[in-house]
Amino acid sequence: MNDWLLLAEIYRLWYSLPLIVTVSLVYAATRHEDLRPILQHTVRTIVWIMAFMVIVFVILYFMSGRL
Amino acid sequence: MAENPPEVAAVHEVDLRDPLVAASLALLWPGAGHLYQRRWAKGILFLVCIVGTFLFGWDLGGQKVVYASWRPSDRRWPYLCQVWVGLPAWPALVQTAFDQPLGDDFMRAPSLVRTRHDAPNELDLWHQKYHSRFEMGTVFTMIAGLLNILVIFDAAAGPVGSSPVPSEQQRSKKKRKGPPAEKGEPDAGPAARDERQPAHEEAKR
Repeated sequence: MNDWLLLAEIYRLWYSLPLIVTVSLVYAATRHEDLRPILQHTVRTIVWIMAFMVIVFVILYFMSGRL
Repeated sequence: MAENPPEVAAVHEVDLRDPLVAASLALLWPGAGHLYQRRWAKGILFLVCIVGTFLFGWDLGGQKVVYASWRPSDRRWPYLCQVWVGLPAWPALVQTAFDQPLGDDFMRAPSLVRTRHDAPNELDLWHQKYHSRFEMGTVFTMIAGLLNILVIFDAAAGPVGSSPVPSEQQRSKKKRKGPPAEKGEPDAGPAARDERQPAHEEAKR
């Protein structure tokens, strides 16, 4: 039951997508001058943030199961 | 087997024009400093990303999330991040200067007056009405402000690893002064020192 409630709240995560893209773009643009390296750095940063969020999610998920 | 060539970071020369002016413009409006420096693509990118994030967050929170308040029961810490967006967030500062709010609720702080001791005040009502969107909008606008700090530094000093090109003003100043003596330059000898001496003495006179 609690899992279903969690799924109902998960729509809020969609708000993080534009935020991640914006943060990655601006951060990459302050590190490079040309468009190509900016885009490459942006993609790397997006992947890094997403991976970090997934890792934190998995850790919290298993921790909450043991509580 | 051929070895991979070592990765060399490309060093760009960036014409920052007047860095102080550029940084001030970037503080006033996201991307304006870069547009002043004729770094068009980055200027437009910053303008769209930061102002877009700020406006999206502002609208998400019912256009109530950007206000300045330092009252004991409502210290608006998020505004310390939002304020760095520049002019789009500064009307909130103007609102604090007046007892009666200007305009129609535009970036004004909520009233904390309660009609009864158990009745909600205006800030409570905002939270009830917009619920999590109020927090989400606050986060978006805060992040927009924090990102603009990076942009201000980029306008003032260029991207990390770049070498700023001296502006025309600086170049003309240098021309007037003459070429600077470089460190580690081999001494030209006493003859050269003697050549410089008369000019130095003339200046003294």
